[in-house]
Amino acid sequence: MRKINQLKMIFDSRSINESFSRMAVASFCSQLDMTVDELGDIKTVVSEAVTNCIVHAYRNEIGNIYITCTVFENGVIRITIRDKGCGIENVKQAMEPLYTSLGGDRSGLGFSVMESFSDKLKVRSKVGVGTTVTIEKKIMGKVK
Amino acid sequence: MSVTIKQKNNIMTAQIKGEIDHHTVPSIRDAIDDAFVCAENVTELVIDFSEVTFMDSSGIGLVMGRYKLAFANGKALRVINLSERDYKIMKMSGIEKLAKVSKKGE
Repeated sequence: MRKINQLKMIFDSRSINESFSRMAVASFCSQLDMTVDELGDIKTVVSEAVTNCIVHAYRNEIGNIYITCTVFENGVIRITIRDKGCGIENVKQAMEPLYTSLGGDRSGLGFSVMESFSDKLKVRSKVGVGTTVTIEKKIMGKVK
Repeated sequence: MSVTIKQKNNIMTAQIKGEIDHHTVPSIRDAIDDAFVCAENVTELVIDFSEVTFMDSSGIGLVMGRYKLAFANGKALRVINLSERDYKIMKMSGIEKLAKVSKKGE
């Protein structure tokens, strides 16, 4: 796949940035002439991943969230959301629907939603080092 | 983001306007819960999504939490006017087995 454009950004793990980050990525991706639904899918997966960084990775601190969004020639978008937070001990368990380590009003469906609205989802994590979530989505675009 | 609360007879409706995410949920939750706890003669809580412009899985937690609150007080919960996307997200939780959940135009 040949890369045609790329966005890189770093921002604080503050909840107010959830809205900013999904809007920024969606805005960058809109060069692909996406449908409203596809734009919504991108916003949703970014929002879920960024919320995980804020709520889980940096639960007691403010750290950096790194997003790289790459647009490929064939209409594939790859988004990586990375943190240097606490890491996930058991990725398989964390990705199970309804699993949450926090309780309260957290639904435990963040990864399920990410899976549902993307084509590929990969999660790499190391305790004490951080987590990288990679999402790929093929943009079909508006029917001309 | 704002929440408009209205009560007609025994039904309290909370209309959410704007985006629902982890950042906005606490103030939405507090607005609904404060009104619900103070309201008299309410038998049903309705959450209206007609003016919601974005929702991620934080919206599920919001609805589940309100269901628990309503259920604990012997009241019913209904969620109305969900967009196709928000309905799909909401259904992942199985909430439709506990409360009435409907899309826009239903």
